[in-house]
Amino acid sequence: MTCLPEKTDKKLGLVIDLDICVGCHACATSCKEWNTSGYSAPLSDHDPYGADPSGAWLNRIHSFEATTAEGVSKTVHFPRSCLHCEEPDCVTVCPTGASYKREEDGIVLVNPDTCIGCKLCSWACPYGAREYDYDDGVMKKCTLCVDRIYNENIPEEDRVPACVRACPTGARAFGDLGDPDSDVSKSVAERDGFNLLDEFGYKPVNKYLPPRINSVQAAPVAEEPAAPDGSRLEKLFAWADKALSR
Amino acid sequence: MHPAYSVIVFTTSSGAGYGLLFWLSLAHLAGRLPGGAMAFVAIALALALITVGLLSSTMHLGHPERAIGAFSQWRSSWLSREGVAAVATYAPAGLLALIWLIGADTGVTKLLALLSAIGAVATVYCTGMIYGSLRTIRQWNKGLTPVVYLALSGATGALLLAVLMSLFGASAQWIGVITLVSLVIAGVAKLAYWRQIDADPGQYTTAMATGLGGQGGSVRPLDPPHTKPNFVMREMGYQVARKHASRLRRLSAIALFAVPIVAVLIAVFAPGGAAVLYLIAALAAGWGVATERWLFFAEAEHVSQLYYGATRA
Repeated sequence: MTCLPEKTDKKLGLVIDLDICVGCHACATSCKEWNTSGYSAPLSDHDPYGADPSGAWLNRIHSFEATTAEGVSKTVHFPRSCLHCEEPDCVTVCPTGASYKREEDGIVLVNPDTCIGCKLCSWACPYGAREYDYDDGVMKKCTLCVDRIYNENIPEEDRVPACVRACPTGARAFGDLGDPDSDVSKSVAERDGFNLLDEFGYKPVNKYLPPRINSVQAAPVAEEPAAPDGSRLEKLFAWADKALSR
Repeated sequence: MHPAYSVIVFTTSSGAGYGLLFWLSLAHLAGRLPGGAMAFVAIALALALITVGLLSSTMHLGHPERAIGAFSQWRSSWLSREGVAAVATYAPAGLLALIWLIGADTGVTKLLALLSAIGAVATVYCTGMIYGSLRTIRQWNKGLTPVVYLALSGATGALLLAVLMSLFGASAQWIGVITLVSLVIAGVAKLAYWRQIDADPGQYTTAMATGLGGQGGSVRPLDPPHTKPNFVMREMGYQVARKHASRLRRLSAIALFAVPIVAVLIAVFAPGGAAVLYLIAALAAGWGVATERWLFFAEAEHVSQLYYGATRA
């Protein structure tokens, strides 16, 4: 059923701290490792060790240079995956009902057995979070590791999404963003967590924590070397350079 | 957006087929459709174009064998509604074709023609809304998108009916006038559409997409997340040079509107060479509408490209 649930019991999602992400891609590789061997068929790759590698990944790590109005710039590593929006069109545009949002926890999933691979859901996502699997012929997306978080066959500390478990700096947190007393909700309130493309209106569940202001400092910049002034000495060097280059 | 040939063939071919079905149904309702072989050939051509289009549209699916499931989500999905409308239209149109094939003369044909005309409009409107409802692509998310789809379907369909009627020696002035009017309406709608998308620079920025930069700041990509283009870049990041786009727009406007309008105008006032003129008009329009549809995709910019270097979308 591709109509959205009126409300979900929980709003499970991720909080990503852009202040401490170091852009190591561990979350992306660990996501690929877990999801290529679990739920649904493998995440196929094409020419993975060749000159033109491509493949389906559920998590992508960008690096941006963000410059403030005052001219202070900072490199920000920026993981991007499905935000498990509350009102996303990726679910409602699906003609078969394969794309759906779970009422119990708000996770947005694709049923790999009924997806016809029309790709319309990826067109409806402004975040570019869905990637088509050419081998499997169905759309792939972040499952919030639905096969880990409720999995009683793995140790309790592993019952979080693979990306969260892998992050070496603790830049990723998992929890119920619908519960104001959860750790994730508290950190969002404390740090002014924000939505990506809030103006778009899909109401993302995942939140991002901004880089801390006091960690944005202008690095000392060395003085520029003086421009050539056309003195006799410079002309002599220019002549010598020319003579020796012959 | 990547212009997939299967979708270009689908929308142009089934568009013309539904347009033809619409006009021949109206003509039959008005008692103006020449009977005999002509009526059957016309509806058979309409159904053939529709079927070729629908089959072509399944070619870009990863799992065409599961397409039956696409009829289930008509409550929320325009793609599903399109499928339902397309299949529903086959019933009256197919029956009509059958009745005309065996040459039976029954009063029920008027009802079937009415249902076919309604089905044709509904299906093409749904096709337009698949694109028109996507807020991620500002060039598509316009009220004019389904209008242009309907108008071009009507214009190309009318041209086909005019060609058939003149080939069967049953040409009449009314079909020339209908073709002319629908071509002019389609031309005005398309030119208005182009003007509208040119005036819209896009309301979303990289700063909104990343939440970085703050007031008056800027954000630029530093390191890409992958070394070669992924699905999102290939599917959503197709770019056509502005210079080529404006040239192609001119070419498609000439082939789709200018040439057919002049040819049909001559055919209306000098019915002597109508068959040749309508044929020229239809061939030009066919080429023009394929170019127009290619541009519709190639010029469409997707919001997700804000993460890949686009500054506005």
